[in-house]
Amino acid sequence: MLSTVMVEAAARSRRTIWMTLIGVVLAVVAAFAAATAVGPETVVAVINASIRGAIPIALGAMSGIFSERSGVVNIGIEGMMLMAAYVGFMINVGLSYGSVPAALQAEPVRLGLSIAGGVLVGGLMGLLHALLTVRFRVDHIISGTVINTLALGLTGYLYLPGATTGGRLPPAVTSPLTPDAGLFYWVGEIVLEKGLITYLTVLLIIVFTIALFRTAWGLRTRAIGEHPRAADTLGINVHRLQYLNLFFSGCVAGLGGVFLTLEAVGTFERGMTNGRGFIALAVMIFGKWHPLGAAAGALLFGFATALQGQLQFFNIKIPHQFVGMLPYLLTVIVLAGFVGRARPPAHSGKPYDVE
Amino acid sequence: MLSARIVRGVGLPLLSVFTAVIIGGIFIILAGYDPIAAYQGLLDGAFGDAASLTRTLVKMTPLVFSGLAVAFGFKGGLFNIGVQGQLIMGSVTSAWIGFALPVDLGDPVLSTVVHVFLALLAGAVGGALWGAIPGLLKAYTGAHEVITTIMFNYIASNLISWLLYAGSPAEGIPPGLLNDGNGVIARTPSILQTAQLPVIYDPPGPQALHLGLFLAVIAAVFILFLMNRTTFGFELRMVGLNSPAARYSGISVKRITVLTMVISGALAGLAGAMQTLGVNYRYEPNQSLGLGFDAITVALLASSHPLGILVSAFLFGAMDAGGTRMQFNSGVPTEIVMVVQALILMFVAAEQIIRMIYRIRGKAEVGQKLSTGWGQR
Repeated sequence: MLSTVMVEAAARSRRTIWMTLIGVVLAVVAAFAAATAVGPETVVAVINASIRGAIPIALGAMSGIFSERSGVVNIGIEGMMLMAAYVGFMINVGLSYGSVPAALQAEPVRLGLSIAGGVLVGGLMGLLHALLTVRFRVDHIISGTVINTLALGLTGYLYLPGATTGGRLPPAVTSPLTPDAGLFYWVGEIVLEKGLITYLTVLLIIVFTIALFRTAWGLRTRAIGEHPRAADTLGINVHRLQYLNLFFSGCVAGLGGVFLTLEAVGTFERGMTNGRGFIALAVMIFGKWHPLGAAAGALLFGFATALQGQLQFFNIKIPHQFVGMLPYLLTVIVLAGFVGRARPPAHSGKPYDVE
Repeated sequence: MLSARIVRGVGLPLLSVFTAVIIGGIFIILAGYDPIAAYQGLLDGAFGDAASLTRTLVKMTPLVFSGLAVAFGFKGGLFNIGVQGQLIMGSVTSAWIGFALPVDLGDPVLSTVVHVFLALLAGAVGGALWGAIPGLLKAYTGAHEVITTIMFNYIASNLISWLLYAGSPAEGIPPGLLNDGNGVIARTPSILQTAQLPVIYDPPGPQALHLGLFLAVIAAVFILFLMNRTTFGFELRMVGLNSPAARYSGISVKRITVLTMVISGALAGLAGAMQTLGVNYRYEPNQSLGLGFDAITVALLASSHPLGILVSAFLFGAMDAGGTRMQFNSGVPTEIVMVVQALILMFVAAEQIIRMIYRIRGKAEVGQKLSTGWGQR
């Protein structure tokens, strides 16, 4: 029973990888076509904005995959992101005060501590979700709602208007290329000049894909999400693995949160995650619980978001509100038209009792 | 075991609220405020005098409708997070009928009855249509309602922002179709006098109690009847509990899915209509901010029981109404109320925690079950 499920899952996983590759090739072709029509500046701007929009969504979706593959539905990603965004920002604010030792104020230390703090708080929120759903057997949707409400309330309660920082993450690598380099210059503008968290995210997607499908941890995780009883019989400690994976899940959501306050925006505002945690869930389903599929979905969503800012270049007169609907409409169309009936991990959302 | 039932039904929820309030107090102290002054302000603002109590009841009214909307979805096995979007659609459609359709039947009372009825109907239809789309998508394509309803929240707010756009003379952009032409604010014209929900109690102070509270109670009783005493309600609950079994016994799961979302959306639309026809007398941006999300907590707190929702909506209405006075009196930001609400929900859902803290014997029962994962039906 378990093995057939796993074989099916492996086949789906190979299909997802192929679909992703085809998607990437199509996107590159489309980018070239567009570049000849509107000029490379616009295309590169759209691609960079797509990536910027995709990163938090991709991280949220990874967070969802971590928990759902372990059998826990996580609608609290939004709250975990928001909480981490706030904490990361406030550590950055705190370490930017004049009275703080200069060693701590130095950019790598200050921002490193801010990221670590935000990620850790995300992880703690993940542990709270695990405590409620695994130990106290609270319905997963209720526990997620608790986390979202708690985060919105706490960050709003502790919000300091007008707090300033010593700056956000600079690009981790600067491009040495000049416009004379032609195509390479534009590729450099896309591949280089990004902040640390963007590169971390790409790395994480690759590592997570390999770990999930090629390691003992991944096999165990998929097993407890599909058939915890069978996994338990084989000697896997189901609950301990769920705690561990939910901690990871929270950390990854936290990284998505600190991306907003430490890399993309630079400041914190009330409720600034603005539904990204929920969109990440859509992307997770779109990617059929596979990290690469979810990453592709996140890019698609990022692209739809990026078009909002760039459509004026194409000189198209559509009210901006309709352009604003685009990412959301796209998600609905993708879900309804192309994905059809997605099959989640079989035991996702159900409590498991150790006998 | 009557005593055990009393402990479960009344004792544990009360202890949950009490514990959440204590922890909220700790947060207040940690941030350097005075918890006694804060909670005194909260109670004063919610129950202190006739005007405060009226404010509580007015805040409670839309929460009853939106809480019922969420609960109705839960009973049918659907998690409608789109109540917020359905609610604002309903508040705009009711405003539209309220200002654009003059009703003059000679007799002012008759005109009011007809016009209020039509405007409420418009609100219900607006919400129902907005809920029907995710319902149809779920039934015929399998697109999960949690995702589609959230997406439709954003689509609704964009659509309404276009309909109500104040216009930009500098750029030559005309105002939106439903804007009142004030040139600055995105709002509809005022609704006509005949479309205003009649005031049933008017204490000194800015807020008057409108007929909506009465309608909310009727709606709760009606939904209770619909869920528990009709064939449709039976089919709805069966689909919610076990949709394969429902299908094998000949129930059209598709039909029930769409109907659940239509009725849930209609209730959400009525919640929006309460704000438009009873409080603001027009649609203004942000008049219903967060109502659709509070509704989820209200429904969960009541275990989706319609009469329980009257109680939890009253509790939430009181906290909303008292929050402003609390902030004014003690400086504590109103968001602490949200923290306390989250803690209440947590303790109610995980009654084992409360049993551990207060050493209450008895076996903790497994709480309510809502999520069936993302499974198909």
